[in-house]
Amino acid sequence: MTGFWTLVRRELALALREGSAVGTALGFYLLVVALMPLGLGPDLKLLARIAPGVLWIALLLAALLSLPRMFEADHEDGSLEVMATAPLPLELAAAAKALAHWISTGIPLAVLAPVLGILLNLDLAAYPALVATMLAGTPAISFLGAAGAALTLSARRGGLLLALLVLPLYVPTLIFGISAMSSAALGLDGFEASFLILCAISLASVVLGPLAAAAALRLQMQ
Amino acid sequence: MHLVAENLNVIRGTRTVIADVSFAVAAGESLLLTGPNGSGKTTLIRTIAGFLKPESGAVRLDGGDSELDLGQQCHYVGHLTGTKASLSVAANLAFWAEYLGDRDPLVPTQDRVAGALERFGLAALADIPAGFLSAGQRRRLGLARILIAKRPIWLLDEPTVSLDAASTTLLAEVVSEHVAGGGILVAATHLPLGIEGAKYLRLGGAAAEAA
Repeated sequence: MTGFWTLVRRELALALREGSAVGTALGFYLLVVALMPLGLGPDLKLLARIAPGVLWIALLLAALLSLPRMFEADHEDGSLEVMATAPLPLELAAAAKALAHWISTGIPLAVLAPVLGILLNLDLAAYPALVATMLAGTPAISFLGAAGAALTLSARRGGLLLALLVLPLYVPTLIFGISAMSSAALGLDGFEASFLILCAISLASVVLGPLAAAAALRLQMQ
Repeated sequence: MHLVAENLNVIRGTRTVIADVSFAVAAGESLLLTGPNGSGKTTLIRTIAGFLKPESGAVRLDGGDSELDLGQQCHYVGHLTGTKASLSVAANLAFWAEYLGDRDPLVPTQDRVAGALERFGLAALADIPAGFLSAGQRRRLGLARILIAKRPIWLLDEPTVSLDAASTTLLAEVVSEHVAGGGILVAATHLPLGIEGAKYLRLGGAAAEAA
């Protein structure tokens, strides 16, 4: 297992040094959400009502921007082939890269979300639920995204294809993330149930995503 | 310990690149693959490493570590060097030292990295980001990986590309030591590496002629 943490550390070091991917995702998230009130007008009630949906959809799109780079660099410089001969199974290598993606992209996006909530006049009571659902839901984005990123690795301009493949898989996360947040914002009972299902979706993705990603990576090396 | 290939057939797309190749290399022997471009040298090396599935036939290591796959007992150095431009030379190697597994817990990673860099003449460049290296230095950094983890089989695909004469001699020394110490070498090369008693396998029968 030392290899797993070695890889996570390297990925984080690279994300920090080549900070463009994280910066782009955060900047994109900020801009999309900031454009909403400009486009919809200063109707505070309307903004507060659509805020959970806007924050979640913009987060998905922002995370999607950084997904293609997950395996691309290692594929281009040959690291992936060397990794395939390492004692650590490719499944765990894919999991390590997805975990690093979550730490370097998912967590910053989830932490930025409350700041953007202010722009949308989100009810203050919903802020803890907002951060909690996003932290619980973003692992699904990274780990399912790993499978998509691995599948589209050698497709030229795979970014759009990746979106087509992966966005439908994000629908359950989106539905339960928004429903948990809405219940919290409106003071209804359903928060706990939706939140637990959201956690379950993330846990299933953490297991299944790397398996699919490793299978796809093996195909790409053929 | 024997690396054995039996009636190996590998198909890429619709073309049979490797047709009925068999060989056996014992510990302390080296096999040099020769043949024109497109004759399947890289394909054969990638098949041994386990990246490509043969259509029929098999490669196996008799007397190796039964708990590990064949690929996990091989050092594969291909056309790409597996280095990260934004990490320092030493950090690049330290990552691979830890990731490829420490089979010798008595020697700390740092010492192994320093030793491998010294051997390949990169010690003075240890703290420079790998992105600033020349093509030849980058190749040497890629090759230094084979010294930081102990593995019985070395698969080198055109290892001398972009190396100068001195570095080529150095590589030949390193490789000869590995073979003399009971290792196995399979290398695709256009230049004779200067290894004594190497076996040669000439690829490129019908497949290369058709191409």
